Formats: sequence, structure tokens, C-alpha cells
Amino acid sequence: MPTFTAYPAQGYRARVSTYWWLGRRAYLKFILREISSVFVAWFVLVTVVQIRGLAHGPDAYARIQHRLENPLAIALNLISFFFVVFHAITWFNLAPKAMAVRMGGKRVPAIMISAPNYIAWAVVSAAVAWLLLRG
Amino acid sequence: MSSGKRSNEPFLWLLFSAGGVVAAMLLPIHILLFGLAFPLGLLPSPTYETLVGLAHTLIGRLYLLVLCILPLFHWAHRFRYTLYDGLQIKHLDELVNTFCYGGAILGTVVAAYFIWQIP
Repeated sequence: MPTFTAYPAQGYRARVSTYWWLGRRAYLKFILREISSVFVAWFVLVTVVQIRGLAHGPDAYARIQHRLENPLAIALNLISFFFVVFHAITWFNLAPKAMAVRMGGKRVPAIMISAPNYIAWAVVSAAVAWLLLRG
Repeated sequence: MSSGKRSNEPFLWLLFSAGGVVAAMLLPIHILLFGLAFPLGLLPSPTYETLVGLAHTLIGRLYLLVLCILPLFHWAHRFRYTLYDGLQIKHLDELVNTFCYGGAILGTVVAAYFIWQIP
């Protein structure tokens, strides 16, 4: 004969630890990818501050450049660089999974979809560098 | 949650997605140059005049708008879910949304204003 409690169950809900994402490599990779967005936002902020400098004149811009030489800013930007590259790689590798392209009844291999992304990345980066460094 | 909010989701996802592409394509080289190589003196910094010369054109301004705005919405969407999943605060839905999308909208307005102000 079943027994009943005075407090009916609300439905079973497993308690999940706040640190659930430390459990597995795939989870850690997922959370690192999510956290990359914070560094994306950080450098957009840096860029907006630099644009403000451009808007306010040469002296304002020089002050901002000087502030970016601060070791703390360099360290933060170095970390940001790694996170943003991580974001880029995971993003480009995800493209073949998001688009299942079929040609002649066969699925186009993943490399055929992600490769153009990498080529575009290289071309765009080179173009930006060329514009800024040509003197 | 109101039905009006739900209908925003595909649009926000589109902004997230477009921002993800822009962040992936453009931010690494921008951080490498403006965040590391120029401040460390590894490469010669472009002068103020060079930068204004590039930025003040219509294409330059549009480029900067895209560079700032789309990645901000990418951040908003992804960070929202980071807060939900990482900290498990789905119940603070309204607050999280206001912080994330409000932040992105504020950033958009500020960025657009300064881009407009470039001489």
C-alpha cells in the first residue's frame, strides 16, 4: 500500500550545482564560448572610447592611446585576443553544422563550408591591417 | 512573459548571429593592432590624421557602426544565456534582459553619437 506525505511533490527537479560547467570538457568549452562575449563587449567599449578620442581631437586621442599602454589594459587585451580568436574558430566551425548543404544528393563536407570562412577571415584581417599600416 | 516579447526572439537571434560574424571576422585583428601591437610599439601606430581620414568617410563611419553595434547585440544575447545557465537566474528574466539589451542599446546610441562627431 502506497504511503502519502503531507506535502505533495511539486514534480521532481534535480538540483543543479552552480558549477555544473566544470564537470566536463564539453561543458567547459561551452561556458568559455559564452564568456567570450564579455571580451567582445570589452573591446567594443575600448573601440567606442577610441572613437570618442577621434571625435574630440588629437590630444584626446593621444591620452587614450597612452591609457592603452597601461600593463593592465595590455593584459586584458591579450586575454580578450585569445577569447575572441576562440570565438571566431568555434563560430566558423559551427557553420557547417548550421547549414547542411547538399550537392548531387551528397552532403557537402564540413571543410568545404568552414574553409571559405577562414579564407574570408584572413582576407578581411589583411585588408584592415593594410589600411592601417600603409603609412 | 507577454506574446510581444516572444515575437522579438527571431530578430534578436538574427542580431546575435550577425554580431557573431562581425566579432569573428573583425575583432581579432582590431584587438591585435589597437589593443596590443600599437600600444606595445611592435608596429607603428597610425597617426590621428590617418585614422580620421579613414573614419570620416561614409564607408568609414558605416564600418565603425557595424563594428560596434552588431557585436554589442551579440554580447547581449550570449551573456543573457550565460547568466541564465551559468548562474541559474532564469527567474531574474526581466532584470537580465534589461541589463543586456539595455546595455547594447545604450552602447549603440553612444557609439553612433561619437561616430557622428568624428570631424
